[in-house]
Amino acid sequence: MTQATEPSLAVAVVTAVLVLAGATLTLIGAVGLLRLKTFYERVHAPTMGSTLGSGCVLIASIVLFSALESRPVLHEIAIGVFLTFTTPVTFMLLMRAALQRDRFGEGARGREPPDGKDH
Amino acid sequence: MRRWLPFPLLWLSLTTLWLLLNQTLSVGHLLLGALIAWVVCHVYRRLDARRGTRSRPWRRAGAAVRLFADVAVDIARSNAGVARIVLDPGTRARTAGFLDVPIDLHDPLALATLACIVTATPGTAWAGYDADRCVLTLHILDLIDEAAWIQVIKDRYETRLREIFE
Repeated sequence: MTQATEPSLAVAVVTAVLVLAGATLTLIGAVGLLRLKTFYERVHAPTMGSTLGSGCVLIASIVLFSALESRPVLHEIAIGVFLTFTTPVTFMLLMRAALQRDRFGEGARGREPPDGKDH
Repeated sequence: MRRWLPFPLLWLSLTTLWLLLNQTLSVGHLLLGALIAWVVCHVYRRLDARRGTRSRPWRRAGAAVRLFADVAVDIARSNAGVARIVLDPGTRARTAGFLDVPIDLHDPLALATLACIVTATPGTAWAGYDADRCVLTLHILDLIDEAAWIQVIKDRYETRLREIFE
């Protein structure tokens, strides 16, 4: 696993574009987490980072290291697979907890939480 | 064949995953991965509540590939949609809300796959599933046209998932 050689210009450009795109999407997702008003709206925003955002970064990693090591480097695919399979678990847990709270708990004043501070 | 290798697709996926994780195609790892995957397939047969194998695995693999392509396009599109909402709030009327979708899927694996799809798509979130009424509740960030959303879930995903799992 020596990485002494420099990547070619084309590879460097493609990698840079993909990494920046992924980082931008994740950043927009994080901004959305801040900006949107209610819990239920907010859960949507970080999904951008966990899908297309991480996807772009993973593809960038595949491109760069395949070029540097002159062989297909594909184990990043496994990261994508595990992300996709595991996020719904936490996600549904949070969603069910919020619904439970709003129906029966302290914040039971309609379906939206009273304010955005407590999450 | 079926007795000997109960879930060919699961076996193939696990062997591939083993090779990916070890980053090799050497004969030793190929054999080891295939053996481990084979054992896991037999363990899974014991765990599988339906106690049966499914028919026509390769045709279902084709349907799964088509579903994956559809979902990839949808994810890209809804990422753009959510980005627009986050960066440019208040330019047009938008309502977020819950949506009940009557759904005709009973297979737990099909429902789990649908949960992965819905969660992976920004703008839609899984809010619950009522097994008695067969109603799936989603939370949707940009709920303009309820009928159109129901159409998307039923036509795009439910049909494909039934093709794969039933």
